[in-house]
Amino acid sequence: MKWSLIFELSRALMLARFKQTAVAAVGVMFSITMFVTLLGFMNGLNTMLDGLVLNRTPHIRFYNEIKPNPNQPVDINDEFENTWKIIRSIKPSTSRLAIYNAEKIIQNLENDPRVLGVSPKIAAQVFFNVGTIDLTGVVNGIDVNKEAQLFAFTDYVTSGNFEELNQTNTIILGKGLADRMLTGIGDVIQITTAQGNKMQVKVVGFYQSGLGDYDNANSFASINTVQKMLGEPPSYVTDIQVKLHNLDLAPSMARELEQIYNIDADDIQTVNAQFETGTNIRTLISYAVGITLLVVSGFGIYNILNMMIYEKLDTIAILKAIGFNGTDVNRIFITIAISIGVIGGGIGLIFGYFACLGIDQIPFETEALPTIKTFPVDYNPKYYFIGASFSLITTYLAGFFPARKASGVDPVDIIRGK
Amino acid sequence: MKNNHPTVLQAEGIEKFFYNPTKTQVLKKVSFKVKRGEFISVVGKSGCGKSTLLYILSTMDTDYLGKLHMDGELITGKPRNYLAHLRNEKIGFVFQFHYLLNEFSVLENIMIPGLKLGKLSREELEYRAMEKLRIFEMEEHALKKAYQLSGGQKQRVAIARALINDPLLIMGDEPTGNLDKKNSDIVFNKFKELAQEFKQTMLVVTHDQEFAEGTDRIIEMEDGRVIKS
Repeated sequence: MKWSLIFELSRALMLARFKQTAVAAVGVMFSITMFVTLLGFMNGLNTMLDGLVLNRTPHIRFYNEIKPNPNQPVDINDEFENTWKIIRSIKPSTSRLAIYNAEKIIQNLENDPRVLGVSPKIAAQVFFNVGTIDLTGVVNGIDVNKEAQLFAFTDYVTSGNFEELNQTNTIILGKGLADRMLTGIGDVIQITTAQGNKMQVKVVGFYQSGLGDYDNANSFASINTVQKMLGEPPSYVTDIQVKLHNLDLAPSMARELEQIYNIDADDIQTVNAQFETGTNIRTLISYAVGITLLVVSGFGIYNILNMMIYEKLDTIAILKAIGFNGTDVNRIFITIAISIGVIGGGIGLIFGYFACLGIDQIPFETEALPTIKTFPVDYNPKYYFIGASFSLITTYLAGFFPARKASGVDPVDIIRGK
Repeated sequence: MKNNHPTVLQAEGIEKFFYNPTKTQVLKKVSFKVKRGEFISVVGKSGCGKSTLLYILSTMDTDYLGKLHMDGELITGKPRNYLAHLRNEKIGFVFQFHYLLNEFSVLENIMIPGLKLGKLSREELEYRAMEKLRIFEMEEHALKKAYQLSGGQKQRVAIARALINDPLLIMGDEPTGNLDKKNSDIVFNKFKELAQEFKQTMLVVTHDQEFAEGTDRIIEMEDGRVIKS
């Protein structure tokens, strides 16, 4: 059977009922447009919101936790081996916060093929002295270039130049902290460490993460500046932050390396489990809405094809009488359904793309999100691909039953009935 | 493809029952032969089963008892798709209600069975279709849509369509039943012409006594039986 004839017949039937066909195609178009727009917009927002936390969070973080020594002297003593021991008022051991042999560990990690990059860090509790008042806060000593490269540090430096942080005795303050201290760029402020060391540093920029609490307490300085501030040698590092190629490996790698380096390790999944859940649910909802739209338009096509078959019973009967078999008739109606899907879906994808471009232009400025100027939209081709496949699948299914009915029409019944 | 079997169609003891509302026998052991080149009419009162017989002979209705041979081949019990192909190739239809496809032009209506058969190219079919239209003096209407024609014109186009694949047999179900005197004369004359000039085998169910008398042979039916053939 030649497909060209099937196409010709389908086309003629569609043109004969052009308005209905157009309405069906517009239905598909509308739902595909909405599907693509919705998913693009939703995922743009998702990516942005996740980025707020996930961009800055290392996939694995190594550190020494302050905790009581699990091996208390009484356990080691054989004398008390089979006794019930009660020890009161245990204090954390005076183990140091610094990571032992940090340099070697960093080197080792950098050679690991699973690792994208490693960045050392020192977190130091300090007081910011403002006149007679001391504000508590944290100075994070960072490797400026690596932090910029791995954790999008630059995105969050809203004013000032982050590269000036490479000079010693400079600091970038959290926006909230700076506002409370009434300082501007170029001012010199005084910091007192928990150990009592005093130091004067120059403000070279402001940092705004979008999380208010974080910005009220955190500031950044180069790792050397913080070592100097604390009076520690250049090998002093309290955290090692690791970014992996594949985020999913984080939990298992954290467990593995914890053993090897004899150190505490946190992985991103455990620390930020709620973010992933949130993302998944938002994605799920947008897919559900999108697919519902498609299913509704599928019912529209189903109705229109059914109507068309009732109207065209004569045509079907005559086609069968002159030698078309059930399969041919079936193909004609499936072709009609799929054509509606292809045309409606195609236009829908284009309109969806335009709608995304439109949303991308809408201003969206909030204090909390310094880097975002317009609504974020994700143009991932995946959504267009899914939209296209779904439009074909739903229209095929919508055409399937009417086509089967049409192929089963008995020409004798129709011709006799006249 | 045509082999030259002298008997185009042979019915052997065809029986047909309707089950709705009660079991009624509409055809009772109908047997007859259609020879090549014959122009036969089937006559009888309304309800005698002549249309039912025609649909069985046309292979569209497969729910019957007895045997049906076409061109020397037993076609009873063949699969539906094979029968559809057989109809396309070997049978031409003319119905009481013209049954043209309104979505297409006159020319396309005639060409569609040929396109379906797929033996000739589109150009050849177009040429042949025009040729058939010329026989019926309809060539100036070739590009009109089917619904723009009058009843008599439609019926002539329907006959032209029946001829496009050079069928073994043309079947007509009251082809003049819906036409006025003038048009029915035109249609009848065309049938005559086909029989005489082209030796076309034809089997026509009709009410029209005048029409029947003009044919080579009359099969008369009553109460589901052939009473004279």
